[in-house]
Amino acid sequence: MKQNFILLHPEDNVLVCIESSAEGVEVDVDGQAVRLPAAIEVGHKIARHALYEGDKVVKYGAPIGSMLNSASRGEHVHLHNMRSDYIPSHTRNRRGGGPHV
Amino acid sequence: MSEWQTQGYLRADGRKGIRNIVVVAYLVECAHHIARAMVTQSGREDVHLIGFPGCYPNDYATRMMEACCTHPNVGAVLLVSLGCESMDRDALLDTVRASGREAELLVIQEQGGTRRSLAQGLGAIERLRIAADACPRAAMSMDELVVGTICGGSDGTSGITANPAVGQCFDRLVAEGAACIFEETGELIGCERIMASRAVTPELGIEIEASVAKAEQYYRTLGFGSFAPGNADGGLTTQEEKSMGAYSKSGDSPISGLLKPGDIPPRGGLYLLDVVPDGEPRFGFPNISDNAEIVEMIACGAHLTLFTTGRGSVVGSAISPVIKVCANPKTYRALSDDMDVNAGRILMREASLAEVAEEIYHCVRAVAEGQASVSEALGHQEFILTYKAFEPIGPACLPAVRSR
Repeated sequence: MKQNFILLHPEDNVLVCIESSAEGVEVDVDGQAVRLPAAIEVGHKIARHALYEGDKVVKYGAPIGSMLNSASRGEHVHLHNMRSDYIPSHTRNRRGGGPHV
Repeated sequence: MSEWQTQGYLRADGRKGIRNIVVVAYLVECAHHIARAMVTQSGREDVHLIGFPGCYPNDYATRMMEACCTHPNVGAVLLVSLGCESMDRDALLDTVRASGREAELLVIQEQGGTRRSLAQGLGAIERLRIAADACPRAAMSMDELVVGTICGGSDGTSGITANPAVGQCFDRLVAEGAACIFEETGELIGCERIMASRAVTPELGIEIEASVAKAEQYYRTLGFGSFAPGNADGGLTTQEEKSMGAYSKSGDSPISGLLKPGDIPPRGGLYLLDVVPDGEPRFGFPNISDNAEIVEMIACGAHLTLFTTGRGSVVGSAISPVIKVCANPKTYRALSDDMDVNAGRILMREASLAEVAEEIYHCVRAVAEGQASVSEALGHQEFILTYKAFEPIGPACLPAVRSR
């Protein structure tokens, strides 16, 4: 069980990757081994526990957006399943296509 | 208070510089090539190029050019004009001379074109270099130092290593009397209430919340935040997530004031710089790239800038040195020749946050004492200035001045 993810604030519901982790690796989530369903790069987030559509995502102890669909414990939390509550994020593959909502 | 001192360059307005740069400033893009050729052919690292590309008049651009040309790190100025642009070259020349600096004006249309202007300009640079070298030196202490911070190419590591380490360094600098500036209200969306609660007066807190609300409205109209594709590649998902990480650069000191570009901090303390234009969006993105933010820090008197990066920026700046703090250990391995401080050691469990903060603090002192930062030694002298519009700050923005 690898210590590849850190908790930044006790109220957070996501953990941050500090060492690139391959798919299937068992990582420590609150003392329990969780098998990663996908590879995760440094800086990316995984769910600390099951998250559901509309849940606030909490990092640094502050809400950083809302879930668009659910994520199980250990699942990647990123553009595909969460969004900003303020401003749409834009990504490289939407070049010239306007805001990515 | 700290007993640290360095030998600064004493300017007529009483401010002191940590560098003694001769600035060559083009006043419209049409004069850019000739100005750049002068700087390159002078062969001197202490001659820097700045300029404004636009031909149409703009109060903000004029104010930024005045602030940059009279910055304490600047010893003398050569203005390079095409001749028919709308920047008021005579007023700018007067402002620089009134600040006690030698300044010359070269008008390309009057000189007779590229070759003659270039030859004239090289002679002017030699004269101005001699004039700048005559600047008296004087002891400069921490309470005369202005330090800015920005982040660029942020990723998920920025907010857990480099930014909080800069925050701890800021806490120490502020405690020792320095003025420290953090910025980009557009990158602080979601943190406004927490920030307002740190303001030295409730009225300042209201101004801070209003500045972030303005930024949110501005970016919403544009349809984008300051969030770039590289941020998402690095694991950041939303504007407010990036904001919380960026916010940690400010440390824990009380917020003493809210500045706009060109406003000089009246005394030591922590200041927020509002970089989002006032009024309806007119000229596009507030800051089109990182160096636009660095230029605004410099216009506020910043002697040097702490630049945190996760993905790996390589830029420096004209006029004021940039210290690069790398957040991501993988990026550091790839770009170590461009970095001053490796904050990624925190993730490798090789250093604590406090140890990295201490390293940044000592780097600030060394660069203030004259040691070249890494980007400075590599010759990075980026500079960019674009169109913007601002109203002056309100009376609640600088409570310390009002209560004097």
